[in-house]
Amino acid sequence: MEEKKGEVVLFGTWTSAFCTRVELALKLKGIPYEYVEEDLTNKSELFLSLNPVHKKVPVLVHNGKSIAESLIILEYIEEGWNTTPKLLPEDPCQRAKVRFWANYFDQKIVPSFYIIFGSKDKEREKAIEDSSQLLKVFEEGIEKDFPGQSPFFNGEILGYLGIVIGSHACNYQAVDEAIGVAIISEKNPKFLSWVNTLKNCPLMGETLPPHDKLVARLSARLKST
Amino acid sequence: MEELKLLGAWPSIYCYRVIWALKLKGVKYEYVEEDLSNKSDHLLQYNPVHKKVPVLVHHGKPVAETSVILEYIEEIWPQNPLLPNDPFEKALARFWTKFEEDKSPAFFAFFRGVGEEQEKATKEAKQLLKIIEDHGLGEKKFFGGNKIGLVDLAFGWLSAWLEVMEEVVGIKLMEANSFPRLEAWNKSFKEEPMIKENLPDRDEMLPYFKSLREKLIASATT
Repeated sequence: MEEKKGEVVLFGTWTSAFCTRVELALKLKGIPYEYVEEDLTNKSELFLSLNPVHKKVPVLVHNGKSIAESLIILEYIEEGWNTTPKLLPEDPCQRAKVRFWANYFDQKIVPSFYIIFGSKDKEREKAIEDSSQLLKVFEEGIEKDFPGQSPFFNGEILGYLGIVIGSHACNYQAVDEAIGVAIISEKNPKFLSWVNTLKNCPLMGETLPPHDKLVARLSARLKST
Repeated sequence: MEELKLLGAWPSIYCYRVIWALKLKGVKYEYVEEDLSNKSDHLLQYNPVHKKVPVLVHHGKPVAETSVILEYIEEIWPQNPLLPNDPFEKALARFWTKFEEDKSPAFFAFFRGVGEEQEKATKEAKQLLKIIEDHGLGEKKFFGGNKIGLVDLAFGWLSAWLEVMEEVVGIKLMEANSFPRLEAWNKSFKEEPMIKENLPDRDEMLPYFKSLREKLIASATT
């Protein structure tokens, strides 16, 4: 049975990597949806009623019921529609590993990027070094847990971990231009090579915010802080 | 018998969540108590990234991170399900489990705070309890509905642990009648046989948390 457009609504903001995650998942599964750009400086009544606890994007509304938190939305999309491709591995052990590294990325690496963006000079140098160490742990852990295979793809198709990492990291060139280098290729060559492979995925290219537009927005935000 | 080991440390609320899940599903396992001040080679080998408990080891393969462990348990042993079947209800349950994870620093701040910081932390903790009671629990008997689910396990520390923390800090977060539905839940939760038989002893927890708070205050002022 085909889902009617309008039964699935995604509230998001175009700069949010967390929202990109949800769009990638919906597109991969071939789920038609309506996208609503939310102005976070002036949140609509409707938006606040859908996510009263956190008041953040993304929020997915399906048949009038709302789901918040990007990783939870991804799991919901996986379970709520019986379409291929599968986002997560079939084997429970592999699934646990993929969830573990998605959690690690969100709890350790993403905050480390924010610290870099929010700091200057010596503090920023330290923040970049700290982040690089966390990325090293990620690199070693991924190689150990997924020997000889990419956990970011299921064959040729983007998977859960590729969606989670790619949404944040594939914009690194825009970040470099607007704010400054956050990931140094000499320090984390493996991570960057994985990110570059993700960048080459056509679906990623058409879903990520446009490079120049993002550079302009990030530069403007930096000037105003 | 499946080869199943749980590395834990008393009275970790995270470890108890895993214990409760296994007990509620009737899954047999070997428990290994870890000394966190002197971590074993096994722990470091099984959880090299975080070096923390709990770690579940199934047929020699480790699973770390409480939320990941609980999802794994739910998938491998589907009897007595702890997550709803319906994808939306499941998402809601995961939302509240994550909420607890994200907001636990506020309760930790309540436990280790002094003076003005303590007052601020107390206020924030009470606001969170209100949200949990109104939006999370609502009118249900358990967070999971008519029976205990993963969200109940996530908030399980509000039962035996919070009372001890309140006594050590000298401030009550759950004053009588201020959170009537959470109080009722607390009673129901502790009466569940598998929970009742697997709660840390209050008399043992008191000196443990007293000493922990003293250590935290001392390290904050140096």
